[in-house]
Amino acid sequence: MAHSARRDAPELPDFSLLKRLARDQLIYLLEQLPGKKDLFIEADLMSPLDRIANVTMLKQHDVDKLYKVENTPIFSTCDQICFLIRPRIQTVKWIADTVNADKAAGKFRKYKIIFTPQKFYACETVLEEQGIYGDVSTDEWAFYLLPLDDDIISLELPEFFRDNFLEGDQRWVTTGGSALHLLHSLFGPFSKVYGIGRCAKMVYESWREQVEESEQKAQKSEIGNVFLIDRDVDFVTPLCSQVVYEGLVDDIFRIKWCVEFGPDVTTADKSMKVMLNSQDKVFSEIRNEHFSNVFGFLSQKARNLQTAYDKRRGMDIKQMRTFVSEELKGLKQEHRLLSLHIGASESMMKKKTKQDFQELLKTEHSLLEGFDIRECITYIEEHINRQVSMIDSLRLLCLLSLTENGESQSYGIEHLLTFANLRQLGLLVEQQPGDALTAMESKVGKLVNDKTAEKLTGAFSSLAKKSNFRALSKKLALVPKTGEEYDLRVPRDMAYVFSGAYIPLSCKLIEQVLERDGWTGLEEVTRMLNGNEFVVTGEAISDARFKTDSQRIILVMFLGGCSYSEISALRFLGREKGYKFIVLTTAIINSARLMEAMLDNHV
Amino acid sequence: MMRSKPDEDDYWNSSKCRAFTFDDDYDELSSLKESKRAVNSIRQFVVDEDEDEDDMVKVSWSGEPIGSITWSIKETASSTKQEQSFPKIDSGPSLPRQGSGYSLSSLFKAFSEPSTRNFAPELRKPKSEYKDYVSDWSPEETVKRMQRGKFCSLETFRSLKDKMQLLDQAVCANDGNVITAVCTHVFLQKYFLQCKLEVLSRELMSRDVALRHYIHYLKEMGEQKLLVELFKSLGRTEDMALLQYREHLSIKDEVRRKEYLKSCISLPFPPDDAGHVQDHYTLLERQIIIEANDKHLENKGQVEVFKKHPRKASILNMPIITTLYYSCLQFPFKLSLTLPSTISEKQYLLTALSARAKLKEWLDVGSLFTTKNWLGYTKKRSPIGFHRVVDILHKNNAPAQVLQEYVCLVEDPNLKISLAQKYKCHDIVIDMYKDQKDRQQLIVYQGKVERGSPEDKKIQDILNNTQIRWKN
Repeated sequence: MAHSARRDAPELPDFSLLKRLARDQLIYLLEQLPGKKDLFIEADLMSPLDRIANVTMLKQHDVDKLYKVENTPIFSTCDQICFLIRPRIQTVKWIADTVNADKAAGKFRKYKIIFTPQKFYACETVLEEQGIYGDVSTDEWAFYLLPLDDDIISLELPEFFRDNFLEGDQRWVTTGGSALHLLHSLFGPFSKVYGIGRCAKMVYESWREQVEESEQKAQKSEIGNVFLIDRDVDFVTPLCSQVVYEGLVDDIFRIKWCVEFGPDVTTADKSMKVMLNSQDKVFSEIRNEHFSNVFGFLSQKARNLQTAYDKRRGMDIKQMRTFVSEELKGLKQEHRLLSLHIGASESMMKKKTKQDFQELLKTEHSLLEGFDIRECITYIEEHINRQVSMIDSLRLLCLLSLTENGESQSYGIEHLLTFANLRQLGLLVEQQPGDALTAMESKVGKLVNDKTAEKLTGAFSSLAKKSNFRALSKKLALVPKTGEEYDLRVPRDMAYVFSGAYIPLSCKLIEQVLERDGWTGLEEVTRMLNGNEFVVTGEAISDARFKTDSQRIILVMFLGGCSYSEISALRFLGREKGYKFIVLTTAIINSARLMEAMLDNHV
Repeated sequence: MMRSKPDEDDYWNSSKCRAFTFDDDYDELSSLKESKRAVNSIRQFVVDEDEDEDDMVKVSWSGEPIGSITWSIKETASSTKQEQSFPKIDSGPSLPRQGSGYSLSSLFKAFSEPSTRNFAPELRKPKSEYKDYVSDWSPEETVKRMQRGKFCSLETFRSLKDKMQLLDQAVCANDGNVITAVCTHVFLQKYFLQCKLEVLSRELMSRDVALRHYIHYLKEMGEQKLLVELFKSLGRTEDMALLQYREHLSIKDEVRRKEYLKSCISLPFPPDDAGHVQDHYTLLERQIIIEANDKHLENKGQVEVFKKHPRKASILNMPIITTLYYSCLQFPFKLSLTLPSTISEKQYLLTALSARAKLKEWLDVGSLFTTKNWLGYTKKRSPIGFHRVVDILHKNNAPAQVLQEYVCLVEDPNLKISLAQKYKCHDIVIDMYKDQKDRQQLIVYQGKVERGSPEDKKIQDILNNTQIRWKN
């Protein structure tokens, strides 16, 4: 809905260039294997590929049949096979099995593996160990960046989070550096880089080295500033339930390049895949809105639409013709979109009602505020007992542990240990008076019959060892004072993305650093965030013209993923301050994806 | 766990909606419904002229846009299946393709980025040409070359000191890919045997970053045995135990899985975890018995509950609460005798309540809360708060009478009255206002009930009663 946007906000660069580059390079790679070939594509590369290429284009370059990589024996009859995969050991092992099975059957074919965005030595080791190194040629498709929307670019690497933060594997650091390098060479030079986090520092270093090694031609800078932030700087925000329209759709229907709406939404007898982006005129107006505003907006739209259609009554032939040629198409499209989003809102409302969403939100807000913790614990305990949803229970436990870590005094010293030792989940102790958390641990242990819970919460508490959420929240004023009315229709700050209860820590940091042009004055905050903050000034820009525009375009890179709520908050901040944010993320996450990344129950 | 989730949801989330407010905006939903009706009524008009929908993407039956890669792969998949059932010698004509006259490769070569790595030219050089200077590379240069994806021989780093220098250099470069590569070269399996794990672990212990990379690599490679040995020599026995315990996930056969779990009990877990593993074993053992028994009963088709509620999934490997719920569905209170000590009274009550409510066995529900005192009077007690009980009953579509009975038991008068209003237990609301002598509220409430209904009459009678001394 129309916010009082600053008029002077600069235009965003055109990122379709990234798609074209990736497509051209893929064509080049396919031509390196001349002749008819079958192409096997890794499942999670299919949709990103769909965004930049199509079947006709692949067919034009001698691709005969397309298959999904499924870890089962293949049935291709082609004598050339090309695999387009992520550099994952499991997939390479499957390819090795496939090649060896062919060998055993006396089949001779040409094989090529295209790793994207890059190959790893470990993958080549597999080829060597399985005795097929040399039988298979390898290549790299430097497809780093997929523009998801005008202001969102994704690396499409959900595993970045787990690999980097849980396993401590830095394999994606260079990838992050290369992604930045690509953007820098196309839309740079960047004049200032801010960052916080261990990984952010390493990615910056990797990028810097790559810049030093390549020649940078002088060009007009389109993106002035860059902000790098590690996900472990702020785990609280992505663990909260999302209430902004786009975030809520992601929480409920799971946006994965597009969203699949079931028959309950489409009011047809089959489900439908829908692209949700700024092309959808209805969506682009409600995506950043608090869910409670969406109904009113959609109702108003429906009324307007009705009026527009009603105009045709009493028209003469000529007027009718103008109406049909000029307005009807637009109206029909709007009508289609409107009924889709009304259906989606209705369906989400039903689902959330079933879940007692209101109470869940209340608990989350209390946790964020540090208020009524006992009641929250009771609620979480009951949530676990009733087995409402395992992922939600774990999420709440993690929120509890993250938000309460700094506030141990009120619980006595034994709880400091309890919190720090959340890794010892699955304890089977009977409830002792005042020992709520231990009892809860035992319940989580019962909830799942393997070590999942332990692994998970253990991982989180060790990841966020020094979570000082309460102190940070006070210092940065993340939680608005209670008692004040918050009008969600006219948001006054970024807190609106969480019903006015909490300003996302990540976004608040970005706001503060941009305002101060650095970390000065935030020393205490960075100390509580385990340090690793930096700011680097690049070459001074002499031309004042570029200064004004590109300086207000800020690329924010989230290492480990970001949520739609954070994107909405940044869009709001941009409108308020006259910035334009471009979000570069390793993947779009939400609380469920974050939790699932921690699960360890697959073999 | 996750695989069985839908089944669990079926067990647990089968309850009905409850009124939900988002900022107390009740009316928004109804206005939304109106909009929906309005929009749908327009549809008629739109559908009539829908032929020229050229702005819409054509979609196949599954909803994929036709011509998309995802769609095409599905097509191949279905045609592959056909090939399997109708074997052909020829794979059939491939889809027609448009010939491309031009090649992009020539264009692209000139365009090639500096960062594009090229392995092949390096490999093609005659061996004699690089052999000499390879050995001269310092750890720094070697790591640099590896980062660029250039050919490197690590054979020249032979002494332990050289190897460690190389490893440290890789760690300094922050490139996980290179760190892992150096780890695998430095700690080849044969080296493991030669130099004994103690040496290795001594060197690795002080190199946490490298160690984590190596552990992750071994995990991904499925090098279970090596990893167990590594943890052992590092003194990380708990990690070792967990790793071995994790193996049970790969055992499909439940009897073998059970036996494996039994063998895990003696692993060096911290004491609490050991208890947990023991419980896991006991649970699976019980589930195997229940499963065998129920499968048999279900096949015979004589047990009423299986006819009414066919088993959606096997009970094997379900969490303990789900198992309890499952048992409560069939044998209401049999299991309570052998209730595992690890389940609290609250948990048992909630579970049994949900199960019996789902079966609409309201009498059973009642007996869950009934306690007798020494005089033989019965009283209803609940450790979980009766407002919760009411909520669960409502979600299971309990009849008004049952709901009313439990709303009555809610202690907090404010909560009670709001619940009574919510679930339309008119008698309770009316009686409470009467007791509070709150004439105003009663009049307001009269406006909410149906005119001429017994409730309406009751309120009227009370309002007409001159005996009552109203407070307002």
